[in-house]
Amino acid sequence: MLYREAGQFKTTYAADQQIFPIRQDRIGLALLLAIAFVAVPLFASEYWLKAILMPFLVFSLAALGLNILTGYAGQLSLGSAAFMAVGAFAAYNFMLRVDGMPLLVAFALGGLAAALVGVAFGLPSLRIKGFYLAVATLAAQFFIVWILTKVSWFSNYSSSGVITAQDMEIFGYRFDSPESRYLLVLAIVAVMALMAKNMVRGSVGRAWMAVRDMDVAAEVIGIRIMYTKLLAFAVSSFYCGVAGALYAYAYLGTVEPEGFNLDLSFKILFMIIIGGVGSISGAFLGSAFIVLLPIFLDVLVQDVFAGVFSPSIASNLQLMVFGGLIIFFLIVEPHGLARLWQIAKEKLRLWPFPH
Amino acid sequence: MQFFLEVLIGGLLSGVMYSFVALGFVLIYKASGVFNFAQGAMVFFAALTFVGILEMGVPFWGALILAFGAMVLLGIGTERIVLRPMVNQPPIALFMATIGLTFFVEGLAQAMWGASVRGLDLGIQDEPIEWMMETTGIGVSKFDLFAAGVAAVLVTALALFFQYTRVGRALRAVADDHQAALSIGIPLQTIWRIVWAVAGFVALVAGLIWGARNGVQFALVFTALKALPVLILGGFTSVPGAIVGGLIIGSTEKLAEVYLGAYVGGGIDSWFPYVMALAFLLVRPEGLFGEKHIDRV
Repeated sequence: MLYREAGQFKTTYAADQQIFPIRQDRIGLALLLAIAFVAVPLFASEYWLKAILMPFLVFSLAALGLNILTGYAGQLSLGSAAFMAVGAFAAYNFMLRVDGMPLLVAFALGGLAAALVGVAFGLPSLRIKGFYLAVATLAAQFFIVWILTKVSWFSNYSSSGVITAQDMEIFGYRFDSPESRYLLVLAIVAVMALMAKNMVRGSVGRAWMAVRDMDVAAEVIGIRIMYTKLLAFAVSSFYCGVAGALYAYAYLGTVEPEGFNLDLSFKILFMIIIGGVGSISGAFLGSAFIVLLPIFLDVLVQDVFAGVFSPSIASNLQLMVFGGLIIFFLIVEPHGLARLWQIAKEKLRLWPFPH
Repeated sequence: MQFFLEVLIGGLLSGVMYSFVALGFVLIYKASGVFNFAQGAMVFFAALTFVGILEMGVPFWGALILAFGAMVLLGIGTERIVLRPMVNQPPIALFMATIGLTFFVEGLAQAMWGASVRGLDLGIQDEPIEWMMETTGIGVSKFDLFAAGVAAVLVTALALFFQYTRVGRALRAVADDHQAALSIGIPLQTIWRIVWAVAGFVALVAGLIWGARNGVQFALVFTALKALPVLILGGFTSVPGAIVGGLIIGSTEKLAEVYLGAYVGGGIDSWFPYVMALAFLLVRPEGLFGEKHIDRV
């Protein structure tokens, strides 16, 4: 009864075509944004802002990027961390080598650099598909990390390729406190998520989904495969690149190429699988899950089972629980947490009545 | 020239080691369509279990049989707990499940046997063969040659098993067409269990060889990553492809490292196999021996 679109008549084209056509969705989103922008910085502790919310937002953005490529365009990629690395190092170099480079422009340029690299490594997707492509994207993963380590120009000749992000400053305001950094990242993520939501419901997104469902059929009905696939790689890598820049600047401050290894790529892939492949909200839910799970397991082992297991066994048990939970989720809800949310909405339509 | 030959032979023989891991992938992919990312973890698990049992004072053959038993249990457990509930899921979901399995198996192996690096002695020295060194001046490791011999025996045994036994025939039928095999009464789940057990056995052999070479340690897991370019080069569905792909990857990787690596600062063997496999795929998208993919609308 609460979540029902009955009685909401669309009288203009604009009303009919808005991103969130149901009023309850709009109210819910506004509430969520209000909480995220106002309540969280007021009440959250520094630990929460720095160690939980910041990685959550950054990984959400990266997962969003991967979800565009894998969830919407159907191209499995295991190289998202490498594209994040490109974004981070490109943003760093733009800041370093161009005098007076504005921070946000550097982030955007970092994203564009990642997009270019993404298109280059997306070219094989025109010929190869499925798991062959997934393995091919591993080439991007290893090659990019290697070249960032070997060519020390990228890290301004620091040892082993470590870069330390410059201070973040926009119009003279320095983002030093955790709250201000959180708000900056939140604003970027919110805007980009909205853009993604808009993109995937439009002609671009529909072309992606057609290619995902069957690319030969999509080609037959007149979708340009090359353009569509490469656009998916470009947009996805742009998102990953910006996420990488935020990861370096707002979250960690100091990164090295090895930090963007295959494990990170898998982590992002887990996020979209657990959150829901082909869903924008899924990227956020999955990211929250993957960020919180290790912390939760840590707390569980340290506080609840304190002293029962030796530390080495405990860390291996965590590994087992992590792997086991992923399998469990895939078995119980293969469409991810976003699907659970959808089921909840269906139920809310009727609630509290049985029919 | 001598040096070139030595590098080439060394590369070919190390390629055989990659083939061991790739072989396990191919078996499972052929029979169940699952891209089993956990094969590397299974290699690690097998090697660690074997060494762990050996350390308890069990003789070599006993440990081998017990470790094989553990691999069979692992395979059956995987089939029962992971694969069976996920029938009819898209391949990517199954692939993700095997990544989850990777974490689980890695954790299980280390929780059971500890995480310390262990040596493994198979009784074959990793030193050049003397008469060959003297007559031609080319150093070929005895151990590598032994590994190649094991690979030859293993592949022959597998080929015979697939070709001439009842179970092998059923396996080939399942690999060819699941539904058709099911409809003529081949028990799919039994076949899957057998395939996982065989892949477990291959993982055990790979684990022993790799473990004796580099020590039984967590890094064994990464050998699986080297097997991936071997797979795409050879084709996911071909046993000979896994061997030939391994040889190509192994030799070019070593040659590239020796002759090209010097110009770009070394360490290129981390990505060179992938880039080469990628370049190769642009010419033949289904690998050397893979089945040609036909799209129907």
